[in-house]
Amino acid sequence: MDPAQFFTASRLVIVAGKGGVGKTTVTAALARAAAASGLSALIVEVEGKSGLAAMYGSPAFSYDEVTLAEPDEALGRAAVRARTLTPDEALIEFLEDAGMGRISKRLMTSGALDMVATAIPGIRDILVLGKIKQMERRRLADVLILDAPAAGHAISFLQSASGLADAVRLGPINAQARDVLDLLGDPARCQVVLVTLPEETPVNELVETAYQLEDRVGVSLGPVVVNGLYPELAGLGADPRAAAEAQGASLRDGEAASLAAAARFRLDRTALQAEQVERLREALPLPQLRVPYLFDADLGPEQLDLLAAAVLDGVAELS
Amino acid sequence: MSAPSLAELVAERQIVITSGSGGVGKTTSAAVLAMEAAAQGRRAVVVTIDPAKRLADALGLGGEGIGNEPTRIDGSWPGELWAVMLDTKSTFDDLVTRYSSDPEQAERILANRFYRNISGALSGTQEYMAMEKLYELHHDDGFDLVVVDTPPSRNALDFLEAPRRLTRFLDHRLYRVLMAPTRGVMKAVNVAAQAFVRQVSKVVGAEVFEDAITFFQAFDGMEAGFKERADAVLELLTSPATSYVLVASPKRDTVAEARFFAEKLAEADIPIAALIVNRMHPHFTDEMPEALRERARHFEGTDLGGLYRNLADFALVAHREEEHLAGLADMVEPAPVIRVPFLQTDVHDLDGLAVVGDHLFDRT
Repeated sequence: MDPAQFFTASRLVIVAGKGGVGKTTVTAALARAAAASGLSALIVEVEGKSGLAAMYGSPAFSYDEVTLAEPDEALGRAAVRARTLTPDEALIEFLEDAGMGRISKRLMTSGALDMVATAIPGIRDILVLGKIKQMERRRLADVLILDAPAAGHAISFLQSASGLADAVRLGPINAQARDVLDLLGDPARCQVVLVTLPEETPVNELVETAYQLEDRVGVSLGPVVVNGLYPELAGLGADPRAAAEAQGASLRDGEAASLAAAARFRLDRTALQAEQVERLREALPLPQLRVPYLFDADLGPEQLDLLAAAVLDGVAELS
Repeated sequence: MSAPSLAELVAERQIVITSGSGGVGKTTSAAVLAMEAAAQGRRAVVVTIDPAKRLADALGLGGEGIGNEPTRIDGSWPGELWAVMLDTKSTFDDLVTRYSSDPEQAERILANRFYRNISGALSGTQEYMAMEKLYELHHDDGFDLVVVDTPPSRNALDFLEAPRRLTRFLDHRLYRVLMAPTRGVMKAVNVAAQAFVRQVSKVVGAEVFEDAITFFQAFDGMEAGFKERADAVLELLTSPATSYVLVASPKRDTVAEARFFAEKLAEADIPIAALIVNRMHPHFTDEMPEALRERARHFEGTDLGGLYRNLADFALVAHREEEHLAGLADMVEPAPVIRVPFLQTDVHDLDGLAVVGDHLFDRT
């Protein structure tokens, strides 16, 4: 598939997955891949403190939008921007839009908000989603990428709209919830990309989340991203002594054992990973994008480019 | 005096709380600590929040209706191992029943829509109910050790702050504003407040406020009991009977979160009794990654080149993991740091827990 076609299939991509699977890394890589295809990307974070800014070698960002990567016309590369969205800030904006700007401060300080938020579960989520819907409508970027809360929470986050449309029958909250439902239910506007590691528990949880999202939220699912796959490496099956002899090299004391043990470990884990990828394919009929494990160093712009390239390779293979 | 080892903690303490971010093996670690206590002949109970399905099955928590009350797990240990899967709502219901003046009051509250939302959704409720459960089990003569797996959270102190937050909520001054319409004398005073409430009702709907008023009316008189209990829970959590075990994995972001946890606990004067680091890559060589890379480049395209490249990869990972951990280990000093290697399979039975136990308690 052509990357431009892939990234514009829906204007909002929601990246979701369990904690620790590299959701934020994948968000960053998807944005980088879109930008490399000439499409501007805007990343929206809802939890803050994710380390996303560091991956782009840029200072931390907040409610104000920042540019993580400048566009480069010579390379055909578009910009990557990012911002954080918190429920409190979304709420103030919502109240202002609803003509209640004057009392918004009082609402916050009196604790009335806490009470309202408690009385109507999901109200914080719907405010954030409502704001995202607004950003999507305004076409603030070619691709809007939402780094969603960790799975489990992601389901209740995305389910908040249908719950609220029922609980609050009238008024601006109801309208907001309906708009969000329209957004989530329209594959041309929104899709969810689930992220997992090629390991047993994360795969199980991903499959469960996928079905829950389809059944309960009715949102369309894009490809699944399998993160952290060991890259293939030739020569690991060879006997270290024989391999050294073939090169006329001599090994140091204990080196043959170290080389063999490390090779065995990688081969074993690669086999286990392949098993999990296969199990995921059988359990969930969705295309997969594979992102490699990086031994290199901590993630920076250079590593992000490698991950983005892997995403683009995967996209090219999609039918 | 050196700090107690993990084995000593499990043998001597009455409460162990595991904390850390999601996905680092916190639940498994908690289960293994309780199992070790049982192996030492103690009667241990582990409280978990949301275990992976297979671990839940292994612990006997998979079936219908099992969960909020301790379930005994059979095994070849001299002590006893019990497990609880926390049900936030039932625990809250039990509290309401305990502190209500009569069954009617309890019933009115339990049936209230606002209460039903609170008991499931008020932020911190899960943390508070975990601590409530801990308190209850600690005072149960049937158990020597309670191990609690805290809900994954960004803030290590959520569970410490939760009891206070809840009582603050129940004692809210907004409550008085809401009560005003039913108290004739107050009516005039509260005209401004009423206008405010009306305006909010316009946005969120009037039913929401009616439910809330009914709830606070029904709750009248129970705040004192709740507050007393919250204070007692907090005292227990900060007493020497309780120790905190920090669980992490050696990735940069999770170590950063673990450091944040450690800082927060230090601010509250709570010492960390042990640091468990799960999923460590194995250490295959003492050679420097760069030297190995150099050899890999020299023999590139041959089997030997591939073998060196691979060894260099793992040397680099091990190096980096130790670098990440160094700062964290300093922060938790003198607490022991226990490293658990990457295991080839996930834990889904008691044998799997035993394997993790061998690593935690240095029997490999």
